Amino acid sequence: MITAGIDMGSRSVKVVLLEQIKVEGAKAPSFAVKKAHLMLPGDLDADQAAEKAFDAALAEAGVTRDQVKSVFATGAGRGQVAFATEGITEMTAGARGAVFMYPQARTVVDVGAEEGRGIKTDPDGKAIDFAGNEKCAAGAGSFAEAMSRALQLSLKEFGEASLRSDKSIPMNAQCTVFAESEVVSLIHSSTPKEDIAKAVLDAVASRVCAMVRRVGIEGNVVLIGGMGHNPGFVQSLKTAMDVDQVLLPELPEFVSALGCALIAAERVH
Amino acid sequence: MIANYGYKDGSGEYYISIDTDKCIDCAAERACLKACPQQMFEIITDDYDDEVAWVRKEKTRALAYDCAECKPAGGYTSLPCTTACTPGAIKHSW
Repeated sequence: MITAGIDMGSRSVKVVLLEQIKVEGAKAPSFAVKKAHLMLPGDLDADQAAEKAFDAALAEAGVTRDQVKSVFATGAGRGQVAFATEGITEMTAGARGAVFMYPQARTVVDVGAEEGRGIKTDPDGKAIDFAGNEKCAAGAGSFAEAMSRALQLSLKEFGEASLRSDKSIPMNAQCTVFAESEVVSLIHSSTPKEDIAKAVLDAVASRVCAMVRRVGIEGNVVLIGGMGHNPGFVQSLKTAMDVDQVLLPELPEFVSALGCALIAAERVH
Repeated sequence: MIANYGYKDGSGEYYISIDTDKCIDCAAERACLKACPQQMFEIITDDYDDEVAWVRKEKTRALAYDCAECKPAGGYTSLPCTTACTPGAIKHSW
């Protein structure tokens, strides 16, 4: 049986095709990811973007639509996926996907392009507590992206530069627009780029951490969402949360889509 | 599930918490919907097919401003939402 999870994020569409496989002697159902596909929408039509991303994933996996038993959608644009069987919240999808990958995880930090959230989960991957909706994008990936542009660095260079700094420069602005002017002031005062990069990522981590602390840090912490690709942010988050380790999937942006596909499979049963 | 909406910054902590497990068999007959002068709440079917209260998506980024009206400076002695929610599902952090 194949199911699909679609995460309609504000910046990209993520599709995971999941196949239930038979494992001799296993009591619980086992699953294997058949295909994971990410697409950056070229237009503003979310439904079309979902269709294109889904079709591309099916083509790459050599699967037809008829073979997919159920499609669940999550993310900010989940309501716009017309062909989805059901839509579920980012908290439910993220918690399920994270615990599937790391059964020992109980705290999930989800930082995407526009929003960050902290989720507490039970051993079955059910979200039991969450805090979300920071008041603006200053707690998410778009903010880091805007600041890297201000520093004329690529996102990769931005994250790596941050790791070379050991300075703690507080950034007071809570809004992307005001923070950018703070960054410009730091540039004019000849502050090294790596110190500014670290200040920005520390600020994002601090805002995310405030939400995670609201639900409480318990057990192992997993970071999901696109910001997991930024090594500077991962380090800032560890420092802000005062933890030695943050579990980081290889492809953190697909975890919510994976959770969606898993829940779709469970509900088919 | 305990759903926390809001944020924390240098000026303080601004969260509305809803213990959605207490919403399932609401003894207050969804009084929160009418009690909030800003129509902050709506009833949705959650991911586990339970009908629970939720903060409207478009309201989540303006809590500090929309809720300010019901604070003591607005003439209220108690918050209309927490008073109406007799099962105690709704709480404010400030």
